[in-house]
Amino acid sequence: MRQALVLGFVAAFAAGPWPQAAAQTEDPVAAEFDKFRAVLEQDNPAELWEVKGEQLWKTPGGPNKVSLEKCDLGLGSGVVKGAYAQMPRYFADVGRVMDAEARIVHCMITLQGFKYEDLAKAPFSSATRTPDPVSITTYVAAQSAGMKLAPSQGHPKEKEAYTLGKEIFFYRAGPWDFSCANCHGLDGKRIRTQPLPNFAKPETALASVQGWPGYRMTGGVMHSLQWRLSDCFRQQRFPKPDYASETLSLLMTYLTVNASGQTYKGPGIKR
Amino acid sequence: MKLKTLALLAGGATILASCATGPGGSHGDALRLMQRDFKPVGIATMDRLKQDKVQAACNKYDDNPPKALADELQKEQYATVKWPADGKLLGDWKSGEKIAQRGRGMAWNDKPGKTSRGEPNGGSCYNCHQIGPATTSFGTIGPSLYQFGKLRGYGPDIQRYAYAKIYNAKAYSVCSGMPRFGHSGTLTEQQMKDLTALLMDPASPVNQ
Repeated sequence: MRQALVLGFVAAFAAGPWPQAAAQTEDPVAAEFDKFRAVLEQDNPAELWEVKGEQLWKTPGGPNKVSLEKCDLGLGSGVVKGAYAQMPRYFADVGRVMDAEARIVHCMITLQGFKYEDLAKAPFSSATRTPDPVSITTYVAAQSAGMKLAPSQGHPKEKEAYTLGKEIFFYRAGPWDFSCANCHGLDGKRIRTQPLPNFAKPETALASVQGWPGYRMTGGVMHSLQWRLSDCFRQQRFPKPDYASETLSLLMTYLTVNASGQTYKGPGIKR
Repeated sequence: MKLKTLALLAGGATILASCATGPGGSHGDALRLMQRDFKPVGIATMDRLKQDKVQAACNKYDDNPPKALADELQKEQYATVKWPADGKLLGDWKSGEKIAQRGRGMAWNDKPGKTSRGEPNGGSCYNCHQIGPATTSFGTIGPSLYQFGKLRGYGPDIQRYAYAKIYNAKAYSVCSGMPRFGHSGTLTEQQMKDLTALLMDPASPVNQ
Protein backbone atom coordinates (compact mmCIF):
# COMPACT_ATOMS: atom_id res chain seq x y z
CA MET A 1 0.00 0.00 0.00
CA ARG A 2 2.69 2.36 1.04
CA GLN A 3 4.74 1.37 -1.97
CA ALA A 4 1.76 2.00 -4.21
CA LEU A 5 1.43 5.44 -2.71
CA VAL A 6 5.09 6.11 -3.30
CA LEU A 7 4.87 4.95 -6.89
CA GLY A 8 1.77 7.03 -7.39
CA PHE A 9 3.60 10.03 -6.07
CA VAL A 10 6.54 9.44 -8.36
CA ALA A 11 4.23 9.09 -11.34
CA ALA A 12 2.46 12.30 -10.41
CA PHE A 13 5.79 13.96 -9.92
CA ALA A 14 7.13 12.85 -13.27
CA ALA A 15 4.15 14.42 -14.98
CA GLY A 16 4.05 17.20 -12.45
CA PRO A 17 3.86 20.91 -12.85
CA TRP A 18 7.48 21.71 -11.98
CA PRO A 19 9.23 23.43 -14.83
CA GLN A 20 12.56 22.51 -13.26
CA ALA A 21 11.79 18.81 -13.20
CA ALA A 22 10.44 18.91 -16.71
CA ALA A 23 13.63 20.53 -17.97
CA GLN A 24 15.74 17.90 -16.26
CA THR A 25 13.93 14.85 -17.55
CA GLU A 26 15.80 15.34 -20.83
CA ASP A 27 18.75 13.87 -18.98
CA PRO A 28 17.96 10.27 -17.94
CA VAL A 29 20.61 10.22 -15.18
CA ALA A 30 19.30 13.42 -13.65
CA ALA A 31 15.72 12.19 -13.97
CA GLU A 32 16.53 9.12 -11.88
CA PHE A 33 17.97 11.32 -9.14
CA ASP A 34 14.86 13.49 -9.21
CA LYS A 35 12.65 10.44 -8.70
CA PHE A 36 14.77 9.26 -5.81
CA ARG A 37 14.50 12.68 -4.19
CA ALA A 38 10.75 12.77 -4.66
CA VAL A 39 10.33 9.46 -2.84
CA LEU A 40 12.48 10.59 0.07
CA GLU A 41 10.75 13.93 0.38
CA GLN A 42 7.68 12.22 1.79
CA ASP A 43 9.26 11.63 5.15
CA ASN A 44 11.65 14.51 5.14
CA PRO A 45 13.79 14.55 8.31
CA ALA A 46 13.88 18.36 7.93
CA GLU A 47 10.69 18.33 10.02
CA LEU A 48 12.77 17.43 13.07
CA TRP A 49 14.66 20.70 12.74
CA GLU A 50 11.50 22.63 12.04
CA VAL A 51 10.21 21.52 15.43
CA LYS A 52 13.49 22.30 17.13
CA GLY A 53 13.63 25.69 15.43
CA GLU A 54 10.12 26.55 16.56
CA GLN A 55 11.07 25.79 20.15
CA LEU A 56 14.18 27.93 19.83
CA TRP A 57 12.12 30.77 18.38
CA LYS A 58 9.53 30.69 21.14
CA THR A 59 11.63 29.84 24.18
CA PRO A 60 13.53 32.53 26.10
CA GLY A 61 17.22 32.08 25.34
CA GLY A 62 20.61 33.68 24.98
CA PRO A 63 22.35 35.86 27.56
CA ASN A 64 19.28 38.16 27.66
CA LYS A 65 16.87 35.24 28.28
CA VAL A 66 14.30 36.42 25.77
CA SER A 67 12.61 34.60 22.91
CA LEU A 68 12.82 35.65 19.28
CA GLU A 69 9.09 36.38 19.12
CA LYS A 70 9.78 40.10 18.77
CA CYS A 71 12.16 39.55 15.86
CA ASP A 72 11.06 41.51 12.77
CA LEU A 73 11.56 39.37 9.67
CA GLY A 74 10.20 42.13 7.47
CA LEU A 75 6.48 41.70 7.97
CA GLY A 76 6.38 43.22 11.42
CA SER A 77 7.57 42.22 14.85
CA GLY A 78 7.10 38.48 15.39
CA VAL A 79 5.40 37.72 12.05
CA VAL A 80 6.85 34.48 10.72
CA LYS A 81 4.21 33.31 8.27
CA GLY A 82 5.24 34.20 4.73
CA ALA A 83 8.38 36.05 5.80
CA TYR A 84 10.89 33.63 4.26
CA ALA A 85 9.27 33.81 0.82
CA GLN A 86 9.66 37.60 0.87
CA MET A 87 13.34 37.67 1.76
CA PRO A 88 16.00 38.85 1.15
CA ARG A 89 14.63 42.33 1.80
CA TYR A 90 15.81 45.71 3.00
CA PHE A 91 15.85 46.37 6.74
CA ALA A 92 16.00 50.04 7.69
CA ASP A 93 17.43 49.29 11.14
CA VAL A 94 20.63 47.93 9.60
CA GLY A 95 20.54 49.86 6.34
CA ARG A 96 21.04 46.81 4.20
CA VAL A 97 19.34 43.85 2.57
CA MET A 98 19.30 40.67 4.63
CA ASP A 99 18.41 37.07 3.84
CA ALA A 100 16.42 35.03 6.35
CA GLU A 101 19.34 33.48 8.21
CA ALA A 102 21.30 36.75 8.35
CA ARG A 103 18.21 38.40 9.83
CA ILE A 104 17.74 35.61 12.37
CA VAL A 105 21.39 35.97 13.36
CA HIS A 106 20.83 39.73 13.68
CA CYS A 107 17.87 39.11 16.01
CA MET A 108 19.84 36.60 18.07
CA ILE A 109 22.47 39.29 18.56
CA THR A 110 20.25 42.31 19.16
CA LEU A 111 17.42 40.63 21.11
CA GLN A 112 18.98 37.63 22.76
CA GLY A 113 22.46 39.04 23.33
CA PHE A 114 24.51 36.49 21.42
CA LYS A 115 27.81 37.59 19.91
CA TYR A 116 28.35 37.41 16.16
CA GLU A 117 31.82 35.97 16.74
CA ASP A 118 30.34 33.04 18.66
CA LEU A 119 27.59 32.35 16.13
CA ALA A 120 30.05 32.58 13.25
CA LYS A 121 32.65 30.29 14.82
CA ALA A 122 31.11 27.05 13.49
CA PRO A 123 27.94 28.15 11.70
CA PHE A 124 27.31 24.98 9.67
CA SER A 125 25.91 21.60 10.62
CA SER A 126 27.99 18.53 11.25
CA ALA A 127 26.99 14.94 11.97
CA THR A 128 26.84 15.71 15.68
CA ARG A 129 25.63 19.29 15.83
CA THR A 130 23.14 21.57 14.10
CA PRO A 131 23.71 25.24 14.96
CA ASP A 132 20.59 26.97 16.31
CA PRO A 133 20.33 29.54 13.47
CA VAL A 134 20.05 26.63 11.00
CA SER A 135 17.16 25.07 12.95
CA ILE A 136 15.45 28.45 13.34
CA THR A 137 15.87 29.18 9.63
CA THR A 138 14.29 25.80 8.89
CA TYR A 139 11.32 26.68 11.09
CA VAL A 140 10.93 30.11 9.51
CA ALA A 141 11.24 28.65 6.00
CA ALA A 142 8.54 26.06 6.73
CA GLN A 143 6.12 28.90 7.51
CA SER A 144 6.37 29.95 3.86
CA ALA A 145 5.73 26.51 2.38
CA GLY A 146 3.38 26.66 -0.58
CA MET A 147 3.76 30.41 -1.01
CA LYS A 148 5.01 32.27 -4.02
CA LEU A 149 8.51 33.71 -3.79
CA ALA A 150 8.15 37.48 -3.62
CA PRO A 151 11.42 39.07 -2.48
CA SER A 152 10.74 42.76 -2.22
CA GLN A 153 12.28 44.98 -4.92
CA GLY A 154 10.50 48.20 -3.97
CA HIS A 155 13.30 49.90 -2.05
CA PRO A 156 16.27 51.39 -3.98
CA LYS A 157 18.61 49.32 -1.78
CA GLU A 158 16.75 46.18 -2.85
CA LYS A 159 17.19 47.05 -6.52
CA GLU A 160 20.84 47.83 -5.85
CA ALA A 161 21.17 44.47 -4.06
CA TYR A 162 19.95 42.69 -7.19
CA THR A 163 22.47 44.54 -9.37
CA LEU A 164 25.33 43.84 -6.97
CA GLY A 165 24.26 40.23 -6.50
CA LYS A 166 24.34 39.82 -10.27
CA GLU A 167 27.87 41.26 -10.35
CA ILE A 168 28.94 38.75 -7.70
CA PHE A 169 27.29 35.92 -9.65
CA PHE A 170 29.26 36.77 -12.78
CA TYR A 171 32.53 37.72 -11.05
CA ARG A 172 35.25 35.54 -12.60
CA ALA A 173 38.39 35.12 -10.57
CA GLY A 174 40.50 32.71 -8.57
CA PRO A 175 43.09 30.19 -9.71
CA TRP A 176 40.49 28.31 -11.76
CA ASP A 177 38.87 31.39 -13.36
CA PHE A 178 35.42 30.47 -12.07
CA SER A 179 32.36 32.61 -11.51
CA CYS A 180 29.07 31.19 -10.25
CA ALA A 181 27.92 31.47 -13.87
CA ASN A 182 30.56 29.07 -15.16
CA CYS A 183 28.54 26.22 -13.71
CA HIS A 184 25.17 27.87 -13.09
CA GLY A 185 24.78 30.10 -16.13
CA LEU A 186 24.41 27.30 -18.68
CA ASP A 187 21.43 25.28 -19.81
CA GLY A 188 21.07 21.53 -19.36
CA LYS A 189 24.58 20.77 -18.06
CA ARG A 190 25.79 18.42 -15.32
CA ILE A 191 28.81 18.23 -13.05
CA ARG A 192 29.46 14.51 -12.76
CA THR A 193 25.85 13.30 -12.36
CA GLN A 194 24.52 16.42 -10.67
CA PRO A 195 22.33 18.68 -12.79
CA LEU A 196 23.46 22.31 -12.90
CA PRO A 197 20.37 24.48 -13.31
CA ASN A 198 20.83 27.86 -14.98
CA PHE A 199 20.22 30.34 -12.15
CA ALA A 200 20.44 33.33 -14.47
CA LYS A 201 17.16 32.30 -16.12
CA PRO A 202 13.76 32.64 -14.41
CA GLU A 203 12.59 29.20 -15.62
CA THR A 204 15.39 27.37 -13.83
CA ALA A 205 16.43 29.84 -11.10
CA LEU A 206 13.93 28.30 -8.70
CA ALA A 207 16.33 25.40 -8.16
CA SER A 208 18.68 27.78 -6.31
CA VAL A 209 16.05 28.37 -3.61
CA GLN A 210 13.88 25.26 -3.73
CA GLY A 211 14.69 22.59 -1.19
CA TRP A 212 16.70 24.92 1.04
CA PRO A 213 17.04 24.71 3.93
CA GLY A 214 17.46 21.04 3.11
CA TYR A 215 18.20 17.73 4.72
CA ARG A 216 21.31 16.57 2.92
CA MET A 217 21.60 12.84 2.51
CA THR A 218 25.39 13.17 2.22
CA GLY A 219 26.33 13.16 5.88
CA GLY A 220 22.71 13.27 7.02
CA VAL A 221 22.77 16.92 8.07
CA MET A 222 20.50 19.94 7.83
CA HIS A 223 21.93 22.78 5.76
CA SER A 224 20.71 26.22 4.81
CA LEU A 225 21.47 28.43 1.82
CA GLN A 226 24.23 30.08 3.85
CA TRP A 227 26.08 26.78 3.80
CA ARG A 228 25.27 26.06 0.18
CA LEU A 229 26.63 29.37 -1.10
CA SER A 230 29.65 29.27 1.18
CA ASP A 231 30.53 25.80 -0.06
CA CYS A 232 30.07 26.92 -3.67
CA PHE A 233 32.72 29.58 -3.08
CA ARG A 234 35.01 26.90 -1.65
CA GLN A 235 34.59 24.87 -4.81
CA GLN A 236 35.03 28.03 -6.85
CA ARG A 237 38.46 28.17 -5.12
CA PHE A 238 37.72 31.60 -3.68
CA PRO A 239 38.58 32.70 -0.15
CA LYS A 240 35.81 32.15 2.43
CA PRO A 241 32.78 34.43 2.69
CA ASP A 242 31.89 35.59 6.19
CA TYR A 243 28.87 33.85 7.66
CA ALA A 244 25.68 35.91 7.28
CA SER A 245 27.63 38.57 5.40
CA GLU A 246 26.14 41.14 3.08
CA THR A 247 27.82 39.56 0.07
CA LEU A 248 25.82 36.36 0.61
CA SER A 249 22.58 38.31 1.11
CA LEU A 250 23.19 40.14 -2.18
CA LEU A 251 23.85 36.91 -4.05
CA MET A 252 20.68 35.41 -2.55
CA THR A 253 18.78 38.49 -3.68
CA TYR A 254 19.90 37.92 -7.26
CA LEU A 255 18.94 34.23 -7.13
CA THR A 256 15.62 34.67 -5.36
CA VAL A 257 14.45 37.60 -7.48
CA ASN A 258 15.21 35.52 -10.58
CA ALA A 259 12.90 32.84 -9.16
CA SER A 260 10.26 35.35 -8.12
CA GLY A 261 6.63 34.37 -8.60
CA GLN A 262 7.31 30.63 -8.37
CA THR A 263 6.05 28.52 -5.51
CA TYR A 264 8.37 27.70 -2.63
CA LYS A 265 7.70 24.25 -1.18
CA GLY A 266 9.38 24.68 2.19
CA PRO A 267 12.40 22.84 3.62
CA GLY A 268 13.41 20.01 1.32
CA ILE A 269 15.78 17.17 0.80
CA LYS A 270 19.07 17.22 -1.02
CA ARG A 271 21.57 14.76 -2.34
CA MET B 1 32.45 44.38 20.93
CA LYS B 2 28.80 44.71 20.23
CA LEU B 3 29.41 47.79 18.12
CA LYS B 4 31.89 45.86 16.05
CA THR B 5 29.34 43.10 15.55
CA LEU B 6 26.66 45.47 14.43
CA ALA B 7 29.10 47.20 12.14
CA LEU B 8 29.85 43.81 10.59
CA LEU B 9 26.23 43.09 9.94
CA ALA B 10 25.31 46.58 8.85
CA GLY B 11 28.63 47.46 7.26
CA GLY B 12 27.42 47.56 3.67
CA ALA B 13 25.43 50.68 4.30
CA THR B 14 28.52 52.72 5.09
CA ILE B 15 30.60 51.34 2.26
CA LEU B 16 27.91 51.88 -0.31
CA ALA B 17 26.67 55.17 1.05
CA SER B 18 30.13 56.61 0.62
CA CYS B 19 30.55 55.30 -2.90
CA ALA B 20 27.13 54.47 -4.37
CA THR B 21 28.40 53.52 -7.79
CA GLY B 22 31.98 54.31 -6.90
CA PRO B 23 34.99 53.59 -9.11
CA GLY B 24 34.22 50.79 -11.52
CA GLY B 25 30.45 51.23 -11.14
CA SER B 26 28.46 48.37 -9.63
CA HIS B 27 31.23 45.96 -10.64
CA GLY B 28 33.66 47.93 -8.47
CA ASP B 29 31.13 48.16 -5.63
CA ALA B 30 30.58 44.40 -5.70
CA LEU B 31 34.32 43.76 -5.64
CA ARG B 32 34.82 46.08 -2.66
CA LEU B 33 32.06 44.25 -0.78
CA MET B 34 33.63 40.89 -1.55
CA GLN B 35 37.04 42.14 -0.46
CA ARG B 36 35.47 43.17 2.83
CA ASP B 37 33.32 40.05 3.33
CA PHE B 38 35.75 37.32 2.27
CA LYS B 39 38.57 36.11 4.49
CA PRO B 40 41.66 34.11 3.52
CA VAL B 41 41.74 30.43 4.49
CA GLY B 42 45.07 28.63 4.12
CA ILE B 43 46.15 28.65 0.49
CA ALA B 44 42.93 30.46 -0.55
CA THR B 45 44.35 33.93 -0.09
CA MET B 46 42.64 37.24 -0.79
CA ASP B 47 44.65 37.86 -3.97
CA ARG B 48 42.45 35.20 -5.55
CA LEU B 49 39.71 37.81 -5.78
CA LYS B 50 41.87 39.97 -8.00
CA GLN B 51 41.15 39.47 -11.69
CA ASP B 52 43.93 39.05 -14.20
CA LYS B 53 43.60 40.42 -17.76
CA VAL B 54 41.80 37.36 -19.07
CA GLN B 55 39.30 37.17 -16.22
CA ALA B 56 38.62 40.90 -16.38
CA ALA B 57 38.05 40.87 -20.15
CA CYS B 58 35.78 37.82 -20.03
CA ASN B 59 33.82 39.32 -17.14
CA LYS B 60 33.50 42.67 -18.90
CA TYR B 61 32.37 41.22 -22.24
CA ASP B 62 30.16 38.40 -20.89
CA ASP B 63 32.69 35.79 -22.09
CA ASN B 64 32.59 37.19 -25.62
CA PRO B 65 35.31 39.86 -26.02
CA PRO B 66 35.91 41.60 -29.36
CA LYS B 67 37.91 39.40 -31.71
CA ALA B 68 41.03 41.58 -31.74
CA LEU B 69 41.21 41.53 -27.94
CA ALA B 70 40.50 37.80 -27.80
CA ASP B 71 43.28 37.11 -30.34
CA GLU B 72 45.76 39.24 -28.45
CA LEU B 73 44.96 37.60 -25.11
CA GLN B 74 45.07 34.11 -26.57
CA LYS B 75 48.51 34.80 -28.01
CA GLU B 76 49.69 35.98 -24.58
CA GLN B 77 48.20 32.93 -22.90
CA TYR B 78 49.81 30.57 -25.40
CA ALA B 79 53.15 32.16 -24.59
CA THR B 80 52.77 31.13 -20.94
CA VAL B 81 52.89 27.42 -21.81
CA LYS B 82 56.12 25.89 -20.48
CA TRP B 83 57.05 22.95 -22.62
CA PRO B 84 58.75 19.95 -20.98
CA ALA B 85 62.53 20.25 -21.23
CA ASP B 86 62.86 16.64 -22.37
CA GLY B 87 60.51 17.31 -25.29
CA LYS B 88 58.28 14.39 -24.30
CA LEU B 89 54.56 15.13 -23.94
CA LEU B 90 53.18 11.68 -23.24
CA GLY B 91 53.41 10.27 -19.72
CA ASP B 92 51.54 7.36 -18.20
CA TRP B 93 47.84 7.15 -19.09
CA LYS B 94 47.09 5.03 -16.01
CA SER B 95 48.30 7.77 -13.75
CA GLY B 96 46.47 10.27 -15.99
CA GLU B 97 43.21 8.42 -15.40
CA LYS B 98 43.62 8.88 -11.63
CA ILE B 99 44.37 12.58 -12.03
CA ALA B 100 41.32 12.95 -14.28
CA GLN B 101 39.10 11.25 -11.68
CA ARG B 102 40.31 13.31 -8.72
CA GLY B 103 38.51 16.58 -8.14
CA ARG B 104 40.31 17.88 -5.10
CA GLY B 105 42.94 20.51 -4.55
CA MET B 106 43.38 24.29 -4.42
CA ALA B 107 40.51 24.87 -1.95
CA TRP B 108 40.41 26.12 1.67
CA ASN B 109 41.74 23.03 3.42
CA ASP B 110 44.14 21.86 0.75
CA LYS B 111 47.90 22.34 0.80
CA PRO B 112 50.17 23.77 -1.89
CA GLY B 113 50.14 21.19 -4.70
CA LYS B 114 48.38 18.65 -2.48
CA THR B 115 44.88 17.87 -1.32
CA SER B 116 43.96 17.95 2.37
CA ARG B 117 44.39 14.15 2.27
CA GLY B 118 47.97 14.49 1.08
CA GLU B 119 47.27 13.30 -2.48
CA PRO B 120 48.54 15.29 -5.45
CA ASN B 121 46.02 17.81 -6.79
CA GLY B 122 43.40 16.44 -9.15
CA GLY B 123 42.45 17.73 -12.57
CA SER B 124 38.68 17.39 -11.99
CA CYS B 125 38.45 16.31 -15.65
CA TYR B 126 35.50 13.95 -15.27
CA ASN B 127 33.55 16.68 -13.51
CA CYS B 128 33.02 18.25 -16.94
CA HIS B 129 34.10 15.76 -19.64
CA GLN B 130 33.29 12.28 -20.81
CA ILE B 131 36.70 10.61 -21.10
CA GLY B 132 37.25 6.89 -20.54
CA PRO B 133 34.46 4.41 -21.37
CA ALA B 134 34.38 2.88 -17.86
CA THR B 135 33.18 6.06 -16.14
CA THR B 136 29.56 6.92 -16.75
CA SER B 137 29.34 9.55 -13.99
CA PHE B 138 30.93 12.27 -16.09
CA GLY B 139 29.86 15.88 -16.37
CA THR B 140 28.74 17.62 -19.53
CA ILE B 141 30.05 21.18 -19.20
CA GLY B 142 32.91 20.45 -21.58
CA PRO B 143 32.89 18.39 -24.79
CA SER B 144 33.34 14.62 -24.79
CA LEU B 145 36.98 13.58 -24.97
CA TYR B 146 36.21 9.92 -25.61
CA GLN B 147 38.38 8.65 -28.48
CA PHE B 148 40.28 11.93 -28.41
CA GLY B 149 43.38 10.65 -30.22
CA LYS B 150 41.60 8.06 -32.31
CA LEU B 151 39.41 10.74 -33.88
CA ARG B 152 42.09 13.42 -34.30
CA GLY B 153 45.19 11.35 -34.95
CA TYR B 154 48.18 10.70 -32.73
CA GLY B 155 50.63 13.12 -34.37
CA PRO B 156 52.89 15.64 -32.63
CA ASP B 157 50.64 18.62 -33.43
CA ILE B 158 47.68 17.07 -31.67
CA GLN B 159 49.92 16.06 -28.77
CA ARG B 160 51.08 19.65 -28.45
CA TYR B 161 47.51 20.91 -28.69
CA ALA B 162 46.35 18.54 -25.91
CA TYR B 163 49.26 19.45 -23.62
CA ALA B 164 48.91 23.20 -24.18
CA LYS B 165 45.13 23.06 -23.76
CA ILE B 166 45.58 21.40 -20.36
CA TYR B 167 48.38 23.81 -19.44
CA ASN B 168 46.43 26.90 -20.47
CA ALA B 169 42.95 26.41 -21.92
CA LYS B 170 42.71 30.15 -22.52
CA ALA B 171 45.40 29.92 -25.20
CA TYR B 172 42.77 28.54 -27.58
CA SER B 173 39.52 30.00 -26.30
CA VAL B 174 40.13 32.98 -24.11
CA CYS B 175 36.93 32.71 -22.05
CA SER B 176 36.84 28.92 -21.91
CA GLY B 177 35.22 27.56 -18.77
CA MET B 178 38.22 25.28 -18.26
CA PRO B 179 40.85 26.17 -15.66
CA ARG B 180 44.46 26.83 -16.70
CA PHE B 181 45.96 23.83 -14.93
CA GLY B 182 49.61 24.55 -15.64
CA HIS B 183 49.42 28.33 -15.54
CA SER B 184 47.63 28.28 -12.17
CA GLY B 185 50.12 25.83 -10.71
CA THR B 186 47.40 23.27 -10.07
CA LEU B 187 49.09 20.39 -11.90
CA THR B 188 52.75 19.52 -12.31
CA GLU B 189 54.46 18.96 -15.64
CA GLN B 190 54.42 15.20 -15.06
CA GLN B 191 50.69 15.25 -14.23
CA MET B 192 49.95 17.15 -17.44
CA LYS B 193 52.04 14.66 -19.41
CA ASP B 194 50.04 11.83 -17.83
CA LEU B 195 46.76 13.51 -18.79
CA THR B 196 48.03 14.07 -22.31
CA ALA B 197 48.81 10.35 -22.46
CA LEU B 198 45.30 9.52 -21.24
CA LEU B 199 43.97 11.37 -24.29
CA MET B 200 46.71 10.56 -26.79
CA ASP B 201 48.26 7.18 -26.03
CA PRO B 202 46.88 4.64 -28.53
CA ALA B 203 46.86 2.12 -25.66
CA SER B 204 44.71 4.35 -23.41
CA PRO B 205 41.15 3.10 -22.89
CA VAL B 206 40.04 6.51 -24.17
CA ASN B 207 41.16 5.47 -27.66
CA GLN B 208 39.75 1.95 -27.76
